[in-house]
Amino acid sequence: MLETIDWPDRLYDVLKAQRIAQVGYVPDAGHARLIARCKADPEIRDVVLTTEEEGIALAAGAWLGHRRSALLMQSSGVGNCINMLSLIRVCRFPLVMLVTMRGEWAEFNPWQVPMGAIVQPSLKLADVQVYRADTPDDLIETAEAACDLAFAGELAVAVLISQRLIGRKQWVK
Amino acid sequence: MLERRAAIETLLAERPDDLFVVPGLGSTTYDVASLGESDRDFHLWGAMGGAAMIGLGLALAQPRLRVAVITGDGEMLMGLGSLATIGVQQPKNLAVIVFDNAHYGETGMQASHTGGGVDLIGVAKACGIADSLAVTDETGLKQLAARLPRFDRPLFATVRIRPEEPPRVLPTRDGVAIKLRFRKAVAASAGATQ
Repeated sequence: MLETIDWPDRLYDVLKAQRIAQVGYVPDAGHARLIARCKADPEIRDVVLTTEEEGIALAAGAWLGHRRSALLMQSSGVGNCINMLSLIRVCRFPLVMLVTMRGEWAEFNPWQVPMGAIVQPSLKLADVQVYRADTPDDLIETAEAACDLAFAGELAVAVLISQRLIGRKQWVK
Repeated sequence: MLERRAAIETLLAERPDDLFVVPGLGSTTYDVASLGESDRDFHLWGAMGGAAMIGLGLALAQPRLRVAVITGDGEMLMGLGSLATIGVQQPKNLAVIVFDNAHYGETGMQASHTGGGVDLIGVAKACGIADSLAVTDETGLKQLAARLPRFDRPLFATVRIRPEEPPRVLPTRDGVAIKLRFRKAVAASAGATQ
């Protein structure tokens, strides 16, 4: 099944078409391929973070420097961002968050469920526009639309990538 | 130990035109504002723990500009991980300067970790910011100020200040206005376009 997953490469193409110059991320299995593509691209500065909250401030700094950025994380990372999203809202910084979901479809680890279950309402309460994608084609269109909205409208936008798109995690190797 | 308002004046007395400053939430925002509001300051009224990362994003976006994050020990402690992130990135144009009074001035002068044995210089060095130094007197502060126009690798410094609260100087709190004027100043300085 893994060989047929092409959306990370297509997401990379979206980031390139959107002139994304900085990508902040905490290492994540669902984003592994996209992170590797960004790291291999000399035109994208990849910034590995210790916590997703750092990435919110990083994105604000990049915009102050007239550069577009994107922030990659998994759903548990959303909880680490909440207070720092005040910076985005009060200054009206554009923000693109691409969030791989855990704690939903075929989740093995119950510890992922509490945060996964409140990602959408938490982001909405923090004034982030939230879109969800369940199929590869939908994800690519949604990511393009999210970037347009974020950078043209100077708004915070999150794209939630369904756990179905990531596939079952193999726990016993 | 130094007096904070005199210290900020000495630190930025010869501020180069290409130096953009990110003052952290709390007293360092008032310190920098005491020199007069500048379009090249992105001062914070919130986002505690985020000052160094805002500086990093800006420094990476505009490598030809210089960026100085000037923040307090409490604000820095909330974003200690960002020192590790900066250590990995090694931005040549980013300085992080911590006005360290070992207290949380904004909330009633409670003791901070730096008074309890936590050594920020040791943290910064261990994170890979080799050029990390403690400033404790006027001579050291002047030497640090003289480096701001010409440092060429990531710089971290603590400036030991007395735990006291001079009268507050409150700059604008309108985040959108601060952002817009700062971006305009960056564009003028760097010829930057998005």
